[in-house]
Amino acid sequence: MATTVAASRLQGTGANALELDGVGRTFGALTALSGITMRIAPGERRAVLGSNGAGKTTLFNTITGDFNPTSGQIRFFGEDITTLAAHERIRRGLRRTYQISQLFKNLTVRDSVFLACRGVSRRRFSLLRPRDTDSAMAQADSIIHAVHLDGDRDVVVGTLSHGQQRQLEIALSLAGAPRFILFDEPAAGLSPTERRDLIAILNALPRHIGYIIIEHDLDVALRVSEYVSMMHNGTLFTEGTPEEIEQDPRVQEIYLGGGHG
Amino acid sequence: MSELSVPRAARAPGWFDRIGIGHLLLGALLLVYPAMANDFFLTQIGGYSLVLGMIALSLMLLAGYGGMVSLAQITVAGAAGYVVAIFGENNSGIYGFGWPWWVYGPLAILIASLMSALIGWVAVRTEGIYTIMITLAVATACFYFAQQNYALFNGFPGYNGLRAPEVFGVYWRDPVPFYYLCLFCAVLAYAAVLYGARSTFGMTLQAIRDNPRRMRSIGFDVTAHKVFAWWLAGLIAGAAGILLVWFNGRISPGTIAVGPSINILVIAIIGGMRHPIGPFLGAVIVTLMQTFAIDIIGAERFNTLIGMVFLIIVFISPDGILGLWERVKPKAGGEDWRASFRTSVK
Repeated sequence: MATTVAASRLQGTGANALELDGVGRTFGALTALSGITMRIAPGERRAVLGSNGAGKTTLFNTITGDFNPTSGQIRFFGEDITTLAAHERIRRGLRRTYQISQLFKNLTVRDSVFLACRGVSRRRFSLLRPRDTDSAMAQADSIIHAVHLDGDRDVVVGTLSHGQQRQLEIALSLAGAPRFILFDEPAAGLSPTERRDLIAILNALPRHIGYIIIEHDLDVALRVSEYVSMMHNGTLFTEGTPEEIEQDPRVQEIYLGGGHG
Repeated sequence: MSELSVPRAARAPGWFDRIGIGHLLLGALLLVYPAMANDFFLTQIGGYSLVLGMIALSLMLLAGYGGMVSLAQITVAGAAGYVVAIFGENNSGIYGFGWPWWVYGPLAILIASLMSALIGWVAVRTEGIYTIMITLAVATACFYFAQQNYALFNGFPGYNGLRAPEVFGVYWRDPVPFYYLCLFCAVLAYAAVLYGARSTFGMTLQAIRDNPRRMRSIGFDVTAHKVFAWWLAGLIAGAAGILLVWFNGRISPGTIAVGPSINILVIAIIGGMRHPIGPFLGAVIVTLMQTFAIDIIGAERFNTLIGMVFLIIVFISPDGILGLWERVKPKAGGEDWRASFRTSVK
């Protein structure tokens, strides 16, 4: 399977999955990010916390190439991807989800996931209709199963509920053979039941897939991550294990505003 | 593929089911049309509508599936027309190399499609109304260039005396052969678009229309896919351009002026851009109006009547004739009208 290929490729390189060196981004006079340096090992699961405007999503955008950083360097499994086109980074095994669902509202669930699988394989320009025996179709079906959307396979995306759209967001990031995924607030707007579902989905991911998760809900963030980076005003404020972060009084002050919840 | 989930599909759908009763009835009607129509209705209405429909279809492909509204489709068709004039035969006394149709035909389509891809490559950097503006700018520039350049385009008069070829002893500009030639090309283009809409690339294009940012973040080179769509649209518009100059017997800057380019957009909007049949419906209506409005209302006001009809259709149904049909079609519970046709066969 493609995943084992990725796993072996992963063992072959001693490099970190993701290395950020002094990454910064300015928008005119506004400094959204400055001097972010981070090392994330293959398979590591990291949470990024921070109040609104701390630069978490901007960080994701520079990593995935939605826009490039204005300073610093980004390496993905040892390769410099700082100025690579967004789709090229995806083909190297990087994936992301969006804080506000970015979906194809007129396509069905199955076609959306199929395209996500096709995006990192050959025959992207095929003028033939995909067959049911197409390996990308089979892969799409198994991903749809993994995010618990089997019952809505042929439903048009625009008619899905918010929670289902969030699940589809995750499905799109699992297509192909991801090596590293950036989850941008996957739990936003989910009900408690859907949150439990989400935690189950994240914890069921194959061990070799590392990720960064941005999450405001500490209960979710601390249950799906091994290490936490804390951002404040566009800089990396502190890093540590979930326990250390929870105890840190400075974190309580900045992020929790003194009170829990 | 969705057949899997349809419970009544115990057996694989036959060819009759797959083509659909609507297509069969329409096809039969179009095939016997020459038996009912005189030469005027066969060529000036039938053939001409099919040619305009093809050009509008190339626009529908870009706009309906790709979300890119182009005003340069007649320019692309015109490019093919000029290739025919220069490499085929003409009476204008310059060029007219007299190459056979089976050489200049493919060459014309190739050059038109490359030109379309080039226009697309420039236009895809923009979105929405800016795509319309930039393609309008390209169309206008091409018009003035052709009008002022005598070395290649023979300036204002353009080229006269373009003749359709005689193949198998048939002169393809005679009313009946010309009608069937146009019908053949139009059906081919229509079927290709209808099939292609559900192909991998077709889905890709519609997904890019819905959300280009997400397409990039699942690994697609959005620009390349858009430009490829322009190239495909150029194939259709180019083929239609050849038919257009055989029909007119001439090509001049007037053929690719701003008026005709807007005409194509009007055709596509009147017909509707949600299904490839729309551009052909629009072409029939516009051709009929442009031919007969003058009899109804007189030479001074016939454009007003055409404009009124356009306004009324867009006012009642922003999705054109197809949108009207969506409302009055037999209620069958299916979301799209082909589904309801299938149900009505049963």
